[in-house]
Amino acid sequence: MSDLSVNHLLGIKYLSEADLQLIFKTADHFKEVINRPIKKVPSLRDITIANLFFENSTRTKLSFELAEKRLSADVINFSAASSSVTKGETLEDTVNNILAMKVDMVVMRHPNPGAGVFLSKHIDAAIINAGDGAHEHPTQALLDAYSIREKFGDVSGKKVVIVGDILHSRVALSNIFALQKLGAEVKVCGPLTLMPKHIESLGVQVETNLVKALNWCDVANMLRIQNERMEITYFPSTREYVQQFGVTTDVLSKLNKPITIMHPGPINRGVEVSSEVADSAHSIILNQVENGVAIRMAVIYLLASKIKQYDK
Amino acid sequence: MSKRTLLNEQEIQVILQRLTCQLIENHTDFKNTVLIGIQPRGVFLANRIQSILQEELKENAPAFGKLDITFYRDDFRRGDKILEANQTEINFIVENKHVIFVDDVLYTGRSIRSALTAIQSFGRPKTVELLTLIDRRFSRHLPIQPDYNGKQVDAINNERVVVKWKENDGEDVVEIIRINNE
Repeated sequence: MSDLSVNHLLGIKYLSEADLQLIFKTADHFKEVINRPIKKVPSLRDITIANLFFENSTRTKLSFELAEKRLSADVINFSAASSSVTKGETLEDTVNNILAMKVDMVVMRHPNPGAGVFLSKHIDAAIINAGDGAHEHPTQALLDAYSIREKFGDVSGKKVVIVGDILHSRVALSNIFALQKLGAEVKVCGPLTLMPKHIESLGVQVETNLVKALNWCDVANMLRIQNERMEITYFPSTREYVQQFGVTTDVLSKLNKPITIMHPGPINRGVEVSSEVADSAHSIILNQVENGVAIRMAVIYLLASKIKQYDK
Repeated sequence: MSKRTLLNEQEIQVILQRLTCQLIENHTDFKNTVLIGIQPRGVFLANRIQSILQEELKENAPAFGKLDITFYRDDFRRGDKILEANQTEINFIVENKHVIFVDDVLYTGRSIRSALTAIQSFGRPKTVELLTLIDRRFSRHLPIQPDYNGKQVDAINNERVVVKWKENDGEDVVEIIRINNE
């Protein structure tokens, strides 16, 4: 078995299908580990990981931290709100200062697209992108694809529709790359104002009718409306959005077959999906969260295995 | 590269019978005993031992598990090759149980050291014993010895001991392969 083709996880775009399969296979083993009475392995006991969150996050940060601790890595946390970033320090300086404390790996979330790529060119540490602006969120896409694989046995040949705010979503872009590399068909669905221009050039079809899209798919991945990223009004009112693009039990009951509902969280209950749908047997939202820890353990483990013991 | 046969099918069969008898002698009814095959190659041997035990003891045969030690190894990030994990399948708690580790070849002892750490994720065993088919004595890096041993060999460092099983490799045989570095 060969190892990962990359030294950093900056985006799904840079991974091969073999990389994705290797990550999934490794995650299978970690999923077994995190269901043991003692959920911890000692593999990374001499690795130090810095979690740098220049943007708010709860779920991703907790998930990464848990994954790191279950691999026995030492973890330091940093969030922009309480740091020198507000005093005018540059990204490179902030990270170099942290690296001077002998850190082997950096997990970073940043509001600017390409922050991870920039850093990987200037810093001697493995970088994991935990979301960079509206660009990519690779570990989310990996856990989404992994959850589909878990539910259906394989991703290849499956039909997935991504519904909602595609324009502001890094989850959408990473998901499109990951699902296509694994042989799934992808459609996007939402108001045209929230569709990026030229999205068709990625090989995805745009559908503006929710019921048509849901009738076509096996899985619907419902994205959150990111009000915090919207500087102008993209649709007249939340109520109107819900009427056209909200998934309710009513909508699901009219489809020609049962479908699986996913959501990367945090959910706006009653907007993208109704409470009944989110808590129903159709939803694999909490499986996604559990798989998130296993996937992140796999990614960290595989990247760490490329940091040689005596290189430093 | 040269190779010689250390044990043939019949000899392996006799040894398996003997090892199983020794297990029965020490554990009698296996009430509180579990058999754990060490992944990947120890599992073949463990399966054989288990099936002989099932023939002898029927429903009293011990609980059976497979343990992968990859994440507990002491050579992570030291070699060129990535450490590939295998499946762990232990559907019981080993708290206060007598655990018998089963592996095909005991060489440096490092795998067993890892297994001793790994098994603790499933509880605190009362005792742990080790059963091996081949013991490469004089090659140990750690103070670890088998409790049940098929055959001792004095293989030197550029020799490899390969245990083949019908169900995986087409035949039951133990070979010593000498790798010439020149």
